[in-house]
Amino acid sequence: MSMSRDEVRKALIDSILAVAPEADFSQLRPDRPVRGQFDIDSFDFLTILEHLHEKIGVNVPESDYGKMMTLDGSVDYLVRRLGAAE
Amino acid sequence: MYEFKMPSLGADMEDGTFTEWHVEPGQNVARGEVICVVETQKGAVEVEIWEAGVLAKLIASPGQKIPVGQVMALVATAGEDWKAIAARAPSPPPPPGGEPRAGTPARTASQQPAAVTDSGAPPPPSERVKVSPAARRRAEELGIDLASVKPSGAHCAISMADVEIAAAATKPPDRQAGMRDAIAAAMSRSKREIPHYYLASEINVESAIAWLEKRNAAVPISERVLFAAMQLKAVACALRETPELNGFYQGGAFRPAAGMHLGVAVSLRGGGLVAPALHDVDKLTLADLMAGLKDLLRRARSGQLRSSEMSDPTITVTNLGDLGVDTVFGVIYPPQVALVGIGRSTVKPWVTGATIVPARIVHATLSADHRISDGMRGARFLVELDRLLQLPESLS
Repeated sequence: MSMSRDEVRKALIDSILAVAPEADFSQLRPDRPVRGQFDIDSFDFLTILEHLHEKIGVNVPESDYGKMMTLDGSVDYLVRRLGAAE
Repeated sequence: MYEFKMPSLGADMEDGTFTEWHVEPGQNVARGEVICVVETQKGAVEVEIWEAGVLAKLIASPGQKIPVGQVMALVATAGEDWKAIAARAPSPPPPPGGEPRAGTPARTASQQPAAVTDSGAPPPPSERVKVSPAARRRAEELGIDLASVKPSGAHCAISMADVEIAAAATKPPDRQAGMRDAIAAAMSRSKREIPHYYLASEINVESAIAWLEKRNAAVPISERVLFAAMQLKAVACALRETPELNGFYQGGAFRPAAGMHLGVAVSLRGGGLVAPALHDVDKLTLADLMAGLKDLLRRARSGQLRSSEMSDPTITVTNLGDLGVDTVFGVIYPPQVALVGIGRSTVKPWVTGATIVPARIVHATLSADHRISDGMRGARFLVELDRLLQLPESLS
């Protein structure tokens, strides 16, 4: 099953909202680091990855955390990673 | 018979608002079982009982503000008949506000209540309280029980204003402001009473983080361990060397703690801070410690902490590394006597022998109570913390 970019984006946003329910994506700068804008600490980040793994089956290794800084960058990375896994 | 009392859930707590029972009379309770929920300035807390027995009588009722140490329930212990205890027990205090219910005749000093009353029985019937139609409608809208409304006007009729007043009294407390007050009280007391001294060390954590990364690469996401968890384990193990940093200063004397119960400073979304305890951290495997930390953080953020977690941290650890801070010198949470602060890990040039290598470094700090320990002992703790972090496999 291949996922569209929009589906990946939605899964990521849902995963972020699961740990930061008050996060307002209309105020988010998609080209700036998400963690600082939504007060996401390393525990929250790990929880987001667990949610993502459940939702779309993607396994983000720790060595790739640096590729998950901004929202746009994260979606790019996740789409690539899902494509490579197929 | 065991008297189950309102616990002290922090040095600054004077009272709590009783929320609900999880048990009923006649029910068996085990040591450590959560039997009720109490609302404190730091949020809702699930309160455990530390005596096994049979619940005989529930005295506290929802909405009641109860001072620390006041009896909330009676428990029959080994061999006792719970029904006999329940029958002997005095009737519960009046409902919140201390005002008699509408419908109950107000007692004067000369009219003593019957010696033993069955708390479950409704109050004796008396003259009907009049309620204006508008007040009745408003009470229905707000979900207010008219029996809890006190009429203020002439002829003892309940007006709409009375309903509004009753509704305002049942509103949940402003948790945000309450928490600010609680932090202010504890920190002011700390700075007033505790002569702090502060020490700091730069610790090379390259081998510790590298070890963790290797470990985490081999397990599913759900089993990954954060470096923060390993730091807690290292702090707990290092405390074995310096028991004078782990315990309570109360009544002019220091009482070292038997276990390493680390208060983990957790900042809450929307503001505020709690530092609930992870118990016996030195004895946990890294995997169990991480699972316990996850559970604690989740419950801290959803307001579901337990009384033992609120009341018995023996030292606090604060980690502001995620916020991009290099160094944090903390304020000790009384009656504790020390606080360990850990900043972010950053890659820095590190001289080893005659070469310079890039290495991840953290600043670890210790704030400690000079009434109990001196800088030399505090230094010993930080040196031991450094030593342990160079031996990550010893912390697994």
